[in-house]
Amino acid sequence: MPTTPATVLSARAFERTVSRMADEIVERNDGTEGLLLVGIHRRGVQLAQRIAAVIKAREGDDIPLGALDITLYRDDLQTVGPRPVVGKTDIAVALDGRNVVIVDDVLFTGRTIRAALDELADFGRPAHVSLAVLVDRGGRELPIQPDVVGKHVEVPRGQRVDVLVAELDGRDEVVLAPVEPR
Amino acid sequence: MTGARAPLGKDLLGLEQLSADQIRLVLDTAEPLKEISERAIKKVPTLRGATVVNLFFEPSTRTRISFEFAEKRMSADTVNVAVAASSVTKGETLVDTARNLEAMRIDMVVIRHSASGAAHFLAERIESNVINAGDGMHEHPTQGLLDLLTLRDHFGAIAGKRVCICGDVLHSRVARSNIWGLRKLGAEVAVCGPRSLLPSAIGEMGVTVFDRIEQAIEWADALNVLRLQLERMHAGYIPSLREYNRVFGVTRERLARAPRDVLILHPGPMNRGVEIDSDVADGPHSVILDQVTNGVAIRMAVLYLLAGHTPALADAAKGPA
Repeated sequence: MPTTPATVLSARAFERTVSRMADEIVERNDGTEGLLLVGIHRRGVQLAQRIAAVIKAREGDDIPLGALDITLYRDDLQTVGPRPVVGKTDIAVALDGRNVVIVDDVLFTGRTIRAALDELADFGRPAHVSLAVLVDRGGRELPIQPDVVGKHVEVPRGQRVDVLVAELDGRDEVVLAPVEPR
Repeated sequence: MTGARAPLGKDLLGLEQLSADQIRLVLDTAEPLKEISERAIKKVPTLRGATVVNLFFEPSTRTRISFEFAEKRMSADTVNVAVAASSVTKGETLVDTARNLEAMRIDMVVIRHSASGAAHFLAERIESNVINAGDGMHEHPTQGLLDLLTLRDHFGAIAGKRVCICGDVLHSRVARSNIWGLRKLGAEVAVCGPRSLLPSAIGEMGVTVFDRIEQAIEWADALNVLRLQLERMHAGYIPSLREYNRVFGVTRERLARAPRDVLILHPGPMNRGVEIDSDVADGPHSVILDQVTNGVAIRMAVLYLLAGHTPALADAAKGPA
């Protein structure tokens, strides 16, 4: 049945993947000292919370969380027509000297991450910034690469990757779905 | 996901023309923009390269400064044209002034004018986005919107809340924008003031009229206290400022008798001791400074939403022809 979305990560695989990403983040940053997880709206925010919960369970440390909405930093605002809805950016802790990990659901063109780096720079000067994504689907249009990847996915033409999280979608899952004609 | 909301269009001329959804879109957009003014670097690159002209044919301090902050925090380039220093004093018409500015490739005009309908008139004749920053006794939509945002912040929702607009409703564009906006969002609206300062057809706007401030205070969840323009006394609308304060002044003693805490708004600048007493203006239920803070966010939201809708951008969005 070609219309049925193909599962990339089931709920259990989703959980295992997030746990491994959390371990890799702690390993890469040599512990949890100075760590700050910044999720990108929307589902990056929930993923960052999940990762922080795993780190808390493993290491016993509370990792501060931030949220970025990159709408106002998009490079296509002049051409997208009706204005995209702006979400809330919330960076409560000072970035200077911190190890910031940007967390997003899907890495595709890299343009969102370019915008996120620009926005972060307006909040301070972190010691180090790295990128963790649940799914890397290739197709980069900018020289941006992830440091921690949950899963590499080849996406056939006419398909897209949907990351579902329980908080917003009722279940954890990653699926391939056909691109709806706009 | 949430992309199907009605856009604002080319201009913001008044709240009368906006739907409840469009008003909510502005409020919802302004909400996350508040955070930008809390940053160390109070600036986002959204309107980089856009030129905004603030065309003020009437003196204004707070509205002009608020617009200018909003424009700068969105990275627009701004030019202020004040009437006293412009060629308008040499007899140039409004349209000629605006067309000359357009010839210099501007993108938006923020206009304040003493004639009701000036913003409309301009919007029909130039391609740039036009934002009404107050036209005569007609509308002051961004003030209406920031009042709505302040009320929504405080009450959670506006529907069902009782808001009384007090004072010189007759000459007030703030009152008109408030009445339109509040009613569209489902609030109950009343006005209170001397009959000489209420429009004769006020009943047609769907509002309750209170002749006594005590009745208004007993009824309301919030009072929006308008500035009593001192010229009105000379024009014979009220006998004296002291008399006005004694009968219509919002005082601590009067508020103390209210059955509930009444939220206090004022569009500024205040005449302390005339329409409002200092201990009310500075009291625990006053949100007057929140209104000022929200004004910047509302104006940023309006700039953001309108900038997406020039004809050239709409064409570009459709792709190459």
